[in-house]
Amino acid sequence: MKRLLTIAATLGLLTVSPVAVQASPQQDLKAFRAYFTKRFPDVPLQDFANGVYAVDKASREQWESIEEFPPYELNIEKGKKLFNTPFKNGKTYASCFPNGGIGIKQNYPYFDTASGQVKTLELEINECRKKNGEKPLKWKKGAIADISAYMAYTSRGKKTNVVIPDDPAAMAAYESGKQHFYAKRGQLNMSCADCHQYNAGNRVRADILSPALGHTTHFPVYRSKWGGLGTIHRRYGGCNKQVRFKPFKAQSEEYRNLEYFHTYMSNGLKLNGPGARK
Amino acid sequence: MASIKIRAKLDGDTTTVKALISHPMETGQRKNKKTGKKIPAHFIQEVTCEHKGNVVMTALWGPAISKNPYLSFKFKGAAKGDTLKLSWVDNKGKSDSTETQVR
Amino acid sequence: MTSMKRRTFLKGSVAVGVIGTALGAGLLTPRTVMAAWPKNAFAARTVDAALDALTGSHALEGSDKISIRAPDIAENGAVVPVSVTTDIPNIESITILAEKNANPLTASFVLGKGALGFVSTRIKMGKTSSVIAVVKAGGKLYSTGKEVKVTIGGCGG
Repeated sequence: MKRLLTIAATLGLLTVSPVAVQASPQQDLKAFRAYFTKRFPDVPLQDFANGVYAVDKASREQWESIEEFPPYELNIEKGKKLFNTPFKNGKTYASCFPNGGIGIKQNYPYFDTASGQVKTLELEINECRKKNGEKPLKWKKGAIADISAYMAYTSRGKKTNVVIPDDPAAMAAYESGKQHFYAKRGQLNMSCADCHQYNAGNRVRADILSPALGHTTHFPVYRSKWGGLGTIHRRYGGCNKQVRFKPFKAQSEEYRNLEYFHTYMSNGLKLNGPGARK
Repeated sequence: MASIKIRAKLDGDTTTVKALISHPMETGQRKNKKTGKKIPAHFIQEVTCEHKGNVVMTALWGPAISKNPYLSFKFKGAAKGDTLKLSWVDNKGKSDSTETQVR
Repeated sequence: MTSMKRRTFLKGSVAVGVIGTALGAGLLTPRTVMAAWPKNAFAARTVDAALDALTGSHALEGSDKISIRAPDIAENGAVVPVSVTTDIPNIESITILAEKNANPLTASFVLGKGALGFVSTRIKMGKTSSVIAVVKAGGKLYSTGKEVKVTIGGCGG
């Protein structure tokens, strides 16, 4: 605990950070991008999709070794099989999604005005199962991550395209996500921004903090630490726990709103999931 | 069982084989977080690659090889279209193998 | 590599006499012989003991003809990419050890006819240590080492 506080102090996190001033999402996006491109002038915009590996040469070399034959290839294969296996009623996942579920992940999450909530890909995977009389999958890893990995793979190279419709409920969801990103929480009293915006590229002990620009493009992610594949909400839970904050549940409204804001901030960046990280 | 992904590429007279195997590679030292008990050792002990009846490479592994292990090696004497067979056996006696063509 | 050489290689870990007879009688394929995994070598707690159990010797000759490609600082000790390349002729095997692992021997690659002096894999390292590559060629053991730092990160999750 004491050591973590020392780290927090070193990172200058114990001062009060201002929450971002109310602005339109488009203005937010512009400012967000400008912050990171100014902070890392040698990194081409699209390279931010590679996270830490865009800003640190030594870890990039190791990542490139892993990418020669990345472990997530096994998950893509599993995911493809699951995706194409019919439900008991004979239908498949393709029937629930536009374009049969192929090459659509760049549009997630989206705001569903009918139900008044943010829809994530994993949420819709389980909704599809429910609609077809199947039990839901667990949210953070396993089959749902494999299916999401396959669908992400079919969207590789497509630009993130999160839409915020001119709708007060959508704006509220966006603002809620933005709040979560900039609000301090937990015993360590840190926000997402404290690490991934103000201290992006700096170290926490031996770890380099990844820039939030480009954060979402590579999910689901195979983390060496997990020894397996996990969804973005699995990572949100882990990050919340790290600042000694009781995490929200995966696919809770809080995390879906966060994912909505978080992904919007990477609009225009090409998807490169599933990814491999430490 | 499709636990092995393999690629064999010919460049000049050298074939480079790269393989990724789905396997937990448990050391036997990790504890189950819920029960506190040690998860038993479960790891690949041997991987072999055969070409035209010849064993080109035998890998003897211990549990210190990473989970979902990766392996790459090179050899001469193969031609495009030749079949390679990669097999593994683990400490529990489980095994799997796959064949691929040299491209 | 012939069956005779393989048996010598596995000396100490196999009841050579029994298998020799069975092999002579054509009852065992070379593959089954190789399935005798060098248990003592993998259980050894030091580099010397592991090499003794594996090859019958731990006399190493330093060589600049072996190169190890591994990170200076491992991103994650559970997955450390290691490649060993050598142009020493008449190569029989390449062995990779992590000096400070509880059991230093991680893998040994027995190279058959036509195999080149190159192997690549990913290993687990418990702590900062030297990664040692031992090449067996012409009956001798050559080696080189590279230090790989394993650190504690700040981000768990």
